[in-house]
Amino acid sequence: MDSDRVRKLEARCIEEQPPACMATCPLHVDMRAILEKVKKGDFSGAFALYARMVPFPGIVGHICDHPCEATCRRQEAGGAIRIAAVERALVEESYATLRRTAQRQSKPKRVAVVGAGLAGLTAAFDLAMKGHRITVLEADAHPLERLYHDYDEDILPRSVIAAEIGALQTLGVEIRVRSRVAGGPGPLGLDTLIDDFDAVLLALGPGVARNFSSTVRLTDNGRIDIDPNSRATSHPKVFGGGFHGALGEVYSPIGSIRDGRRAAGSIDRFLQGASLTAKRDDADGEASCLYVNTAAQEAVPPVEPVDTAAGYTLEEAKAEAARCFPCHCQECVKACVFLAHYKTYPKRAVREIHNNLSIIMGNRKANRMIDSCSLCGLCETVCPTDLAMGDVCLEARREMVDSGHMPASHHDFALRDMEDSRSARAAFARHEPGRERSARVFFPGCQLTASAPGHVERVYAHLRDRLEGGVGLMVDCCGAPAHWSGRTALHTEVVDHLRQTWKEMGEPEIVTACATCLTMLRTHLSEAPVRSLWPLLAEIGWPEGTDARAAGKTLAIHDPCTGRHEREVHVAVRDLAARLGASVREISSAELTTCCGFGGLVSFANPDVANATVDARAAERPEDYLTYCAMCRDNFARRGKRSAHLLDLAFPPEDGADPAARPDPGFSGRRDNRARLKIRLLRNLWGEDMSDPESVWNVHIPDDVRADMERKLILVDEVTAVIADAETTGRKLKDRKTGHLIATLRSGPVTTWVEYENTETGALVHKAYGHRMNVEAKS
Amino acid sequence: MSVPVPPEVPVPDTDDLICARCDVPLRMGKVQASYMGQTFPVELPVCPSCGFVYVSEDLAAGRMLKVEQALEDK
Repeated sequence: MDSDRVRKLEARCIEEQPPACMATCPLHVDMRAILEKVKKGDFSGAFALYARMVPFPGIVGHICDHPCEATCRRQEAGGAIRIAAVERALVEESYATLRRTAQRQSKPKRVAVVGAGLAGLTAAFDLAMKGHRITVLEADAHPLERLYHDYDEDILPRSVIAAEIGALQTLGVEIRVRSRVAGGPGPLGLDTLIDDFDAVLLALGPGVARNFSSTVRLTDNGRIDIDPNSRATSHPKVFGGGFHGALGEVYSPIGSIRDGRRAAGSIDRFLQGASLTAKRDDADGEASCLYVNTAAQEAVPPVEPVDTAAGYTLEEAKAEAARCFPCHCQECVKACVFLAHYKTYPKRAVREIHNNLSIIMGNRKANRMIDSCSLCGLCETVCPTDLAMGDVCLEARREMVDSGHMPASHHDFALRDMEDSRSARAAFARHEPGRERSARVFFPGCQLTASAPGHVERVYAHLRDRLEGGVGLMVDCCGAPAHWSGRTALHTEVVDHLRQTWKEMGEPEIVTACATCLTMLRTHLSEAPVRSLWPLLAEIGWPEGTDARAAGKTLAIHDPCTGRHEREVHVAVRDLAARLGASVREISSAELTTCCGFGGLVSFANPDVANATVDARAAERPEDYLTYCAMCRDNFARRGKRSAHLLDLAFPPEDGADPAARPDPGFSGRRDNRARLKIRLLRNLWGEDMSDPESVWNVHIPDDVRADMERKLILVDEVTAVIADAETTGRKLKDRKTGHLIATLRSGPVTTWVEYENTETGALVHKAYGHRMNVEAKS
Repeated sequence: MSVPVPPEVPVPDTDDLICARCDVPLRMGKVQASYMGQTFPVELPVCPSCGFVYVSEDLAAGRMLKVEQALEDK
């Protein structure tokens, strides 16, 4: 993942885009953060954020023309936040806490500011804060003269103006009133100022400026020709600020402040000999592209102040601030347990993943995070820019495997399970009994064979019964675990083997019962025609006698995440359930389904995230769940959510047991089921005998120990092997107090320990555990 | 929803353990623990006669697991 690609991926995530209010504000005040603090009653914290951006918070808090409110996204749900009114309450509460200290400059420069309007004084403030010496020359009798005319005392108290001017003077700004600057030379001439000061700002206010035409270039309408972005004029030492730009410009206090700030930024750059334009971040923001799902918000009208003239009380300001959503995208985070678990969002996660992959020395702290994504595709489905975290995580896994940095323990068990499902114990392919050709081949997938082998036999019998041209059977694994774990070479090996088998079968159409197999085979065995079992079943119908077998049952349907875009399958499955008489409710739309926790092998790399994922899904509806993925069904069952596979409804247990209460067979049970299915099918359909590998050791494992072993990924076969070894060799410990025996055996990368006792009927297992580290006594 | 809870089996006291084959109590001894090409000397209960090393579940699921994971994330 090169840094160019990382940047492109990061750019796709819009979560860090500014909210609309901030993008619109000429000073880019972070109102979202401020309202968050006001909401919590933290007025001093909110005011500190406000005063960091606003030069004269007292004044602006009373008269800001608040362009932010016009773009506030709350207007789509009840009305824009009354930001200006909240600001007023905020500054009235906290202005007294304002403390400002200017930087120290070892060689301060002298700057003359002509005009004591908001633009000029903002520039004076910004440059004074940088440590420069500022002299403001004002023709009128007062600084900020205009404010006295434009605003009544009850809108903008005069005491506020006086306090702001006083604060500015405290910073060392000298303000000379009744000092009209003229053009050319002379004591208050522009040319003299240019000689006496390091830079000059003409913040003149409206009107023509023909007096200065001998020094700076004017526009056709007699105003100073100012570059709108840098505020530079034709004279390098002279800058222009304030309201004297294009004709038709509408006066805006906050706009004037923005102009003054931008001019001060340029003057500071000029004084340091830096470029006026390079890497400036104070340009007018474009409209924010932050996506906000306003449709999901309930409409709430603005808070009306009880006393309109006095404005909001603090309580009213808090209530109004609480109407701020606040604006965030986070569509994927809201939908994804994995991202929520890591308290991250794609832009940040992509960077963390890239950093993790780039580490030469030190800990790779994001390894487990990378392996905790279920690759379910929900994030890209809900993302406004279709950013797929699953693709990023999968790519990262492949790099980790290729560079030798994939933690072995994360996927080891799942890959060994895949190996078992592909081994001669479980996998095989045959033409339909008595036929030499297969027009189709049924590919049930390794999980249906493991979860409900009887269903595989029944469906296969039904397909043979209804379909012409020969229906072969191919019991194998599609290679998803290899793919999901980033083992590209192993996955290629699996697919090559499948291709070989498929060719030997005469290149039949593959009919699969598993959504993952469907996707995997379509993508990686693209030359083979592959289709889902369910639309085919909808065409040929259920076997006779299955009608209304699920009559009276109401279930909520969970679609597998790997088939979220398979519309034809979604329709077929619902139709098939209806034909069985079941009444089906939706949990979410099929496209927005979630993972059951198995996808991407999360349940092996991060059981906490996997369990949280399945639990969140299980809690969405109270009804029993209906699935058509064996793994989804077993995961719900494992976590105590009643759930039935569609085939459980069609072929309920003959003993009348409740199909939705079928327990999860567990990993050992799954392996047994696969092996026994092969033995049974070969014997019953093809007359072939396979030796049944019955263990000579009688091992009893109580249910609670078995569940604990499942959690620790320890198989019954492994426990049996430990006991067999101990009883054969005598290598074991004895606990004198309990009489329990303790034995161990290293098998592949794992050492398994078993605590047991021998009873008359065999070994009774009390506990099993394991570790990967190898220990040996020093000889 | 009910989720199974792990069984509660008391951890054996090392002093109570004897090697069944050699019929001698375990004693603390020097052991080499290795993983991913790294080797560490540790002290664990060992049969002084045949060298059978005992790793308790607490150790396997605690400190040992932490070291395994730390090495995997190097």
